[in-house]
Amino acid sequence: MGAIPLLHQECLEREARRRESACPELWDLLDTVKDPEIPVLSIWELGVLQDVQRDGDKITVVITPTYSGCPAMHAMQQDVERALSDAGWSQVEVRQQLSPAWSTRWMTPQARQALAEYGIAPPCTNQNELPQCPQCHSEQVDRISEFGSTACKALYKCRDCLEPFDYFKCL
Amino acid sequence: MTTDQTALLQYALGEADDALILGQRLCEWCYHAPYLEEDLALANVSLDFLGRAQNFYQYAAQLDPQQRTADQLAMLRDSREFRNLLIVELPIGDFAFTMARQFLLDCFYVEFMTALQGSADPNMAGIAAKAIKESQYHLRRSHEWLLRLGDGTEESHRRMQIALDQIWGYTMEMFENSPAENELLAEGIAVDRSALKPAWDTRVNTALVEATLSRPEDGWSVRGGRDGIHTEHHGHLLSELQFLQRAYPGLEW
Ligand SMILES: [Zn+2]
Repeated sequence: MGAIPLLHQECLEREARRRESACPELWDLLDTVKDPEIPVLSIWELGVLQDVQRDGDKITVVITPTYSGCPAMHAMQQDVERALSDAGWSQVEVRQQLSPAWSTRWMTPQARQALAEYGIAPPCTNQNELPQCPQCHSEQVDRISEFGSTACKALYKCRDCLEPFDYFKCL
Repeated sequence: MTTDQTALLQYALGEADDALILGQRLCEWCYHAPYLEEDLALANVSLDFLGRAQNFYQYAAQLDPQQRTADQLAMLRDSREFRNLLIVELPIGDFAFTMARQFLLDCFYVEFMTALQGSADPNMAGIAAKAIKESQYHLRRSHEWLLRLGDGTEESHRRMQIALDQIWGYTMEMFENSPAENELLAEGIAVDRSALKPAWDTRVNTALVEATLSRPEDGWSVRGGRDGIHTEHHGHLLSELQFLQRAYPGLEW
């Protein structure tokens, strides 16, 4: 702890794709697409949105699934298509890309902050670290279950304020 | 179509079938697990395997000369066409049996997916890169259960030992390369399953000692899944898994 947080290479590349994009307005438009299970996170903040390209009237969007079987991926894909077609784009292709594999390291700092405020403890930097209670910030927590209400979460309980809470697992 | 593509299709299908059938078995625990958190955990692990199956089926569909879709490959093939290993199709048994199987498979998958990440085929490597993280997480949990039941009460120890004894002969098939795999080995596409055995042995032996369980003798073994020769349980599983698509062909969610 205390060290300067290092940005992951894949993270930097993703940010560069957005920064240097020829169609920044489309990236901004897709900021309105949220994770259906965690509505405070956009698919960009979550690290799912990888690339947006425009070729004439044709839009190609690349997304990376969080978990292999995450049912929310299908919803996100449809939401991307809807957001773009509502804005007048009729030729939209959403492509799923597995590699490089999604990691919680891709989450933006804003996303981590938003998660904590929403009551979900943001992911730690490795699988052996314990999360902080999002209510009272105590580090005295117990794991209740390796899995929570969705594949990406585990269930914890705070020993100080006694509140149970969801933890966004480190992956 | 080249011989290579046929072999690659067989390879992807074998992995897809393993994941689908195991995922289906695990979700049978839904609403029946010992307590709520365990119910959630088993359903989520099941979901990981169904997702893994989907990834492999989608790739297989791209290679299929008959141009079947991923859904058709999963839902419209008969038992003899499935290439899954026998270990994944065995009924769930009691909770000890389910966790014993899961632990032995998780130990295998952690080694297998690590190796498959280095596959010369970028699609297989990409799927493995996702799967490895999930399997590491699964193993942490199944390992904890092995310890908790093995080194638990007299009853839980007894059941875990019985489960291991019953399942042991089905583990050998995990380490045998199919003809398709042997063909793909030379090009660095397939993983050499037999080479994973020592690392698997070490993991399993260490955990068994910790859990005060004894490693069963290598006396018997059953095989046939990769040739489409399945146990009597397989057809029953498919009848439930495939019911909807058989009764209402082409139905979508
Ligand atoms: Zn607290």
